[in-house]
Amino acid sequence: MSAFWSAWVTVITLAVILGCAWLLFATRKGEKFKETTEETVGHVYDGIEEFDNPLPQWWFYMFVATVIFGLGYLMLYPGLGNFKGLLGWTSANQWEQEMQHAEEVYRPVFAQYATLSVEDLQKPENAAGLKMGQRMFANNCSVCHGAAGTGAIGFPNLTDNDWLYGGEPATIKQTLVNGRNGGMPAWSAVLGEDGVRDVSSYVMTLSGQEAIPGTDISNGEKQFQALCTACHGQDAKGMHALGAPNLTDDIWLYGGSFKQIAHTIRAGRAGVMPAQKDLLSEDKIHLITAYVYSLSNK
Amino acid sequence: MSTATEHPTYNYKVVRQFAIMTVVWGIVGMGVGVLIAAQLVWPALNFDIPWLTYGRIRPLHTNAVIFAFGGCALFSTSYYVVQRTCQTRLFSDGLAAFTFWGWQAVILAAVVTLPMGLTSSKEYAELEWPIDILLAVVWVSYAIVFLGTVKNRKTSHIYVGNWFYMAFIITVAVLHIVNSLVIPVTLTKSYSIYPGAVDAMVQWWYGHNAVGFFLTAGFLGMMYYFVPKQAERPIYSYRLSIVHFWALIATYMWAGGHHLHYSALPDWTQSVAMVMSLVLLAPSWGGMINGMMTLSGAWHKLRTDPVLRFLVVSLSFYGMSTFEGPMMSIKTVNALSHNTDWTVGHVHAGALGWVAMISIGAVYHMIPKLFGKVQMYSVGLINTHFWLATIGTVLYICSMWVNGILQGLMWRAVNQDGTLTYSFVEALEASHPGYLVRWIGGMFFLTGMLLMAFNVWQTVRSGSTVKAAEPAAQAA
Repeated sequence: MSAFWSAWVTVITLAVILGCAWLLFATRKGEKFKETTEETVGHVYDGIEEFDNPLPQWWFYMFVATVIFGLGYLMLYPGLGNFKGLLGWTSANQWEQEMQHAEEVYRPVFAQYATLSVEDLQKPENAAGLKMGQRMFANNCSVCHGAAGTGAIGFPNLTDNDWLYGGEPATIKQTLVNGRNGGMPAWSAVLGEDGVRDVSSYVMTLSGQEAIPGTDISNGEKQFQALCTACHGQDAKGMHALGAPNLTDDIWLYGGSFKQIAHTIRAGRAGVMPAQKDLLSEDKIHLITAYVYSLSNK
Repeated sequence: MSTATEHPTYNYKVVRQFAIMTVVWGIVGMGVGVLIAAQLVWPALNFDIPWLTYGRIRPLHTNAVIFAFGGCALFSTSYYVVQRTCQTRLFSDGLAAFTFWGWQAVILAAVVTLPMGLTSSKEYAELEWPIDILLAVVWVSYAIVFLGTVKNRKTSHIYVGNWFYMAFIITVAVLHIVNSLVIPVTLTKSYSIYPGAVDAMVQWWYGHNAVGFFLTAGFLGMMYYFVPKQAERPIYSYRLSIVHFWALIATYMWAGGHHLHYSALPDWTQSVAMVMSLVLLAPSWGGMINGMMTLSGAWHKLRTDPVLRFLVVSLSFYGMSTFEGPMMSIKTVNALSHNTDWTVGHVHAGALGWVAMISIGAVYHMIPKLFGKVQMYSVGLINTHFWLATIGTVLYICSMWVNGILQGLMWRAVNQDGTLTYSFVEALEASHPGYLVRWIGGMFFLTGMLLMAFNVWQTVRSGSTVKAAEPAAQAA
């Protein structure tokens, strides 16, 4: 802050504290009685009088102690404008120290598993490592994927061995490190509302559900072949390279009812898995990968 | 010098109106509080109705108890006290009536808009800008009535109770107007004129001084009249009242930053806020000492007078929560207590134990005098109310202490690999018994208020009118 505002803060802060101290001492000095008295100051308000008792001693000393503590604190810590305090403390450097300390303490704990493969980490003798992966999953991933990794609408279930981008250890790690951006385009402008309903109805039949009455399945199939197979494949079994879901099973990322499917086709979807590389160390991601892998490879 | 020789006619109509509405809004505000406490135990109690959801009616609860219940108590007692201690009628009957109807309009607007989800999203300042403007106009009118009455006083000095009321009225006007500055977008939506961290600082400068001036200074004004009056003893120390008044209003102003410890607020702001909060301990306790020591020589009256008991126990809770507050403002303590139920318990030690109890005592003191009766319909019911309120408050505070420390410890517990030991939901599950106890405490307190409503109603409609109990005759 500028020199003016620094002075402003310093002057007001000290004026308030020292002003209180001055008032305290001046009042004590002016006391007419040093012991408890029955003398009043002479005013009467609606029958209420006021004794001229001295300030209680213990209270006086308590007040003085807080003032001394306050002034001492403002000498040691940043408070008086631009004055940094004698200890040089800032909340940012406290945070850095704590993070550094944590890094020193915990790095070896994670590093001992870094050389083991994801498959090896599934072995009973490495259960402690997998347990750490589970805890980090609970702290970092469960907000979206659920505490048990079973997902929610828009967030994939990680326990069913059905993968958008592939379930190999290297692919899972890739997903964790760099994140994923799933893009399902909106088709309402191309298909029109009738087309959306026809394609939706056709998509339902792919996983063995009944077609919706009043829709034209053959038109749906024709449009599907023209527009959807590029990503979802000729056989509609999806494509890991693009994260396009398999439409022939009964697993749905955004719901498998006619209404939900139609909405997905009409308005599109944009799923985001955030990249973890700047948030978690490599060793930690390795253990989370092993845990996620374990969810569908028991 | 101030011996009353003639008996001025006071404006008791507006005092009566506010006193009755204190009881009514107390029941409404605490009733909503009990409902949201129950929702935390049994979440299904919002019945999937949007305007009954916790997020919408929690601000309704806080606004109703602070501004409707507490506000009406402050209006009522301040109009009563200022007339009697200045021995003059209110400055303007018309303006006083406007403050009553205007204040009720603000409250009704809050009751409608908050459940609709219309909010500025600033805690304790949720009302949208058109209501804020009405509130500001009412408040300035209040200041004119009060300050005008003090100016017209027949006494040479200004009584200490009125210093506190004046500090409260003037400061709340400044706080409300500065914190509510917004750019309106529509009639029901606006954006604060302050950016980011500055907005947070202004909000908590307001928020903490709402506690400091609305809920502390205002109610100290109340204390300085009703405690000596009910105990029939002089105030303990005039000198103490001078020191603690000026020190209290000077330091409270800078303490708000302690709500934002370890946040994006600059370090110097947090340090100053913490130091001011600690220096605030002695000035806060000055009021407690002056009230408590006023009873020396009259302690035996506690045995027979439940109204005095309300007043004295409120001072105990005041002393306890004004000790707890500075402790919680210490950054290392705050690192544990922040965002936990400990904060909620601390607020209610002040809100139930101090603010509500002293208001209840003051209203019980005033009602017979305002309606020309000898005494309340039932002293036994006042006593029952006292015990319900005390037990309710203790249940509330203790359960929130346990919950708060439990949550703080669970949130910061780490495994040997540095990961968190507990998920948020596990801490929430562990809090469930505390939420149940808190709800029971709230039920106790609310039941007491219902007894009070019955007692007040019976007192007002009873026939035993007595003219002799009028005031100034005693002020010899």
